Amino acid sequence: MPDTQPAVQLEHISRYYRMGESSVRAVDDVSLTIGRGEYLALLGSSGSGKSTLLNLIAGLDRPTSGAILAHGENLATLSPLNLARYRRNTIGMIFQSFNLLPRMTLEENVELPLRLAEVDRSERPGRVREALERVRLTHRVGHRPSELSGGEQQRVAIARALVNRPKILLADEPTGNLDSSTGEAILSILRDLQTQLGMTIVMVTHERPLAERFADRLATMGDGKLLGISPATHEAAQ
Amino acid sequence: MKSQDLTDLALRNLREAILRNALTTLGVAVGVASLVAMLSLGVGLQQLASKRLSQSGLFDTIFVTPKNSFRGMGRPQREVESDKPPRPLDADARSELEKLPNVIEVYPQVRFFTEVRFNNKPYATVVGGMPESARNSGAFDGMQGSFFSSPTANEAILQIEFAKDLSDKPSSLIGQELTLRYAERQAIPAAATDTPANGPEATGGFSVVPRELKLKIVGVVETEPAAGYGGYGNARLLMPLDTASTLRAAQVNDLRDIVRGSASTKITYPSLSVRAKSPSLVEALEASIKNLGFNAFSLLDASKSLRTFFSVFDLLLGIFGSLALAVATLGIVNTLVMAILERRREIGVLKALGASDSDVQQLFFVEAGVMGLLGGILGVGFGWLLGRAITFGTNVYLKRQNLNPIELSSVPWWLVISALVFAVVVSLLAGLYPASRAAKLNPVDALRYE
Repeated sequence: MPDTQPAVQLEHISRYYRMGESSVRAVDDVSLTIGRGEYLALLGSSGSGKSTLLNLIAGLDRPTSGAILAHGENLATLSPLNLARYRRNTIGMIFQSFNLLPRMTLEENVELPLRLAEVDRSERPGRVREALERVRLTHRVGHRPSELSGGEQQRVAIARALVNRPKILLADEPTGNLDSSTGEAILSILRDLQTQLGMTIVMVTHERPLAERFADRLATMGDGKLLGISPATHEAAQ
Repeated sequence: MKSQDLTDLALRNLREAILRNALTTLGVAVGVASLVAMLSLGVGLQQLASKRLSQSGLFDTIFVTPKNSFRGMGRPQREVESDKPPRPLDADARSELEKLPNVIEVYPQVRFFTEVRFNNKPYATVVGGMPESARNSGAFDGMQGSFFSSPTANEAILQIEFAKDLSDKPSSLIGQELTLRYAERQAIPAAATDTPANGPEATGGFSVVPRELKLKIVGVVETEPAAGYGGYGNARLLMPLDTASTLRAAQVNDLRDIVRGSASTKITYPSLSVRAKSPSLVEALEASIKNLGFNAFSLLDASKSLRTFFSVFDLLLGIFGSLALAVATLGIVNTLVMAILERRREIGVLKALGASDSDVQQLFFVEAGVMGLLGGILGVGFGWLLGRAITFGTNVYLKRQNLNPIELSSVPWWLVISALVFAVVVSLLAGLYPASRAAKLNPVDALRYE
C-alpha cells in the first residue's frame, strides 16, 4: 500500500474526564499512525480506552491534549461545523448495537447520511441500492430494522456507513451482538471493503482471534495507554 | 440539511409520538382558539358599535342651530352678541350650508305632535320626518314591510309600540291607510291684517288651518330609530322628510318665534343637520359653519373616546386569550424536552452520521413550528366556531327578548393571519430551549450503551 500520507495520525493524544474532584484518564498519551487502506484492530478489556480512542478518531469527541491528523486535517482544531462535515464525508461508523433508527425502513436508514450531506434526491436511490448491494442485502429493503436478524441489521448499518463513500470506516465492537458465524460474515464484508474500495478500517473488539484473522495490525490498549502493536498472524481461526 | 429533508424528518418524528404530539398541538389549538374567540368578540363588538354609530350619522353629522336658541345642553349662553338680531336658520341659510365643501346633505328636523285617525279612532302621537339617508342607517334593519318607496311618497312607517296601539297584529297594518290630522301654518299677508294686536311693526303672522292627509302604512319598525342628537326620538309615526316638510305643519318653534316676536313669513328651522362626507372632515366643517354665524355641535370627541375604549378592550381580551396560549407554550416545551430524553440515542446517531449541531437544532425547531402551525390552523377554526356559538347563543337570547339578531363575533383576515403567525412564533420560542439542548447533546454520551 503506497501511502504518501497516513490516514490517521495520533500524536500524544490524551483524553481526561472529570468525575467530581478527580479526573479519569480514558486515553493517556497515545501516539499511533494508521496507514491508508490499513485494517487496524483495537484490542483491550472494557475500560481500556479503546472506544474513547475510536470516538476521538470519529470526531465525536475532542482530545484534552495532543493532535489528531486525519487525511491532513487536525481534528483538535476543527470548528464544530467542520467536524460535523468531517464525520459526514470522511468517516463511516458502525456500532455494536447497530443503531439503526427503528422507525425508518432499511432504505430510509441508508439514505439518512445522504440527506445530511444534502445529496440530490434524484441521485439517492442509486446510491442507496449500490451500498445495499455491497453488503449483499437487496431484499426486504422496505422493512423496518426490527423485522430483520442481527446480522442483517449490521449489514444495513454498514451500508449506511458506506453510502457517503467515506475514506475511513470505524467499527465499535461490530460483532459484539452477533453469534460467531454471523460475526465472521460481517468481518469478511469489512475485509472486502478494505480490499475492493481501499478503505481504512479501525475496529474496536475484544475478540482477539477474530482480529488476528481479519485485521492487518493489532493495537492493544490498557488503562488508556497503548500497550503494543503487532502484525496479525491471520492464523487464529484457520 | 435541506429544508425538504428537515421537514420530512420532523413530520416523521411528530407522527411517531402521535398521541403526545397531537395532545400538545391540541393544547396550542385551544390557546389560539381562546385568543381568536376573544379578539373576534372584541372586533365584532367594535364593528357592531361603529356600524351602528356611523349609520346613525352621529359622527359625520353636525347639528346646526341659530345662535340664540342653543337649548337643552345645559350650557350658559357664552357669547353675548351685539343687539343685532341673530341669524335665522332659514331657507337661505340652508342653501348656504349646502354649498359648503364636503357636505353631503342638509336636512331640517321636522317633528310635530298631532292626531292620527285610524279606523275612525283618534290617536295622539309624534310625527317625525325621516331623510332619505335614514334608509341605510341600520335603524330600519329587520323592519317589517319596507322603507318609503320615494322621498315624497305619502307613506308612513310605524314604531312598533304605536302599531300595537292601533292593532293587536301590527304586521296586519301594512298596506292599510291612516289619516294624519295636522295644523298647517299659513302665512297671513300683512295687507290683510287689520288687527292692531300685532303691534306697530307687524309684518304679518300666520294662521293655523286644520288639514288631513292620508298615508299608506308601508312598514313597522321594531327599534326606535332614535338616531342622532336631537333626532327623531319619541317619534312614533315616521314619514318621508320631504313629504313632512311640505305639510308646513305647525312646529314647536313657531310658537317660540311668536313669543320672541321674530315671526316672519319665511320658514325657519329649529335646527338643521349637516352631513359631512366623512367623520374626519367634521372638525373643519364645524368651524366654517360657526363662521357663518350659527351654533354647531358634533359628537366627534365622543367618537375618539369610543375608539380609545375599544383599543383598551381589545388589549384586555387579547391578554386573557394569550394566557391560554402561554399555557400551551409550556406544553410544547415539555413535549420537546421529553422527546429529547426519548430520542437521545437517535440524536447521537444523527451526529455520528455527520449531523451538525444546527441540523439537530433545526429539526427540533421545525417540529415545534409544525405543532405551532397545525395548532394555529385548528385553533383559528375552533376560535371561529366558538365565536359563532357565542353569536348564536346571544341571538337566541335576543330573539326571546324580541330583539333583532346581531353579528357579535367577527374573524377578519388580519386576525386569521396574525393568529397563525403568533402561534408559530410562540411555538418557535417554546422550541428554542429544547432545540438548543438537543443540539448540545454530547454524541458520545448519547450513544453510550444502555
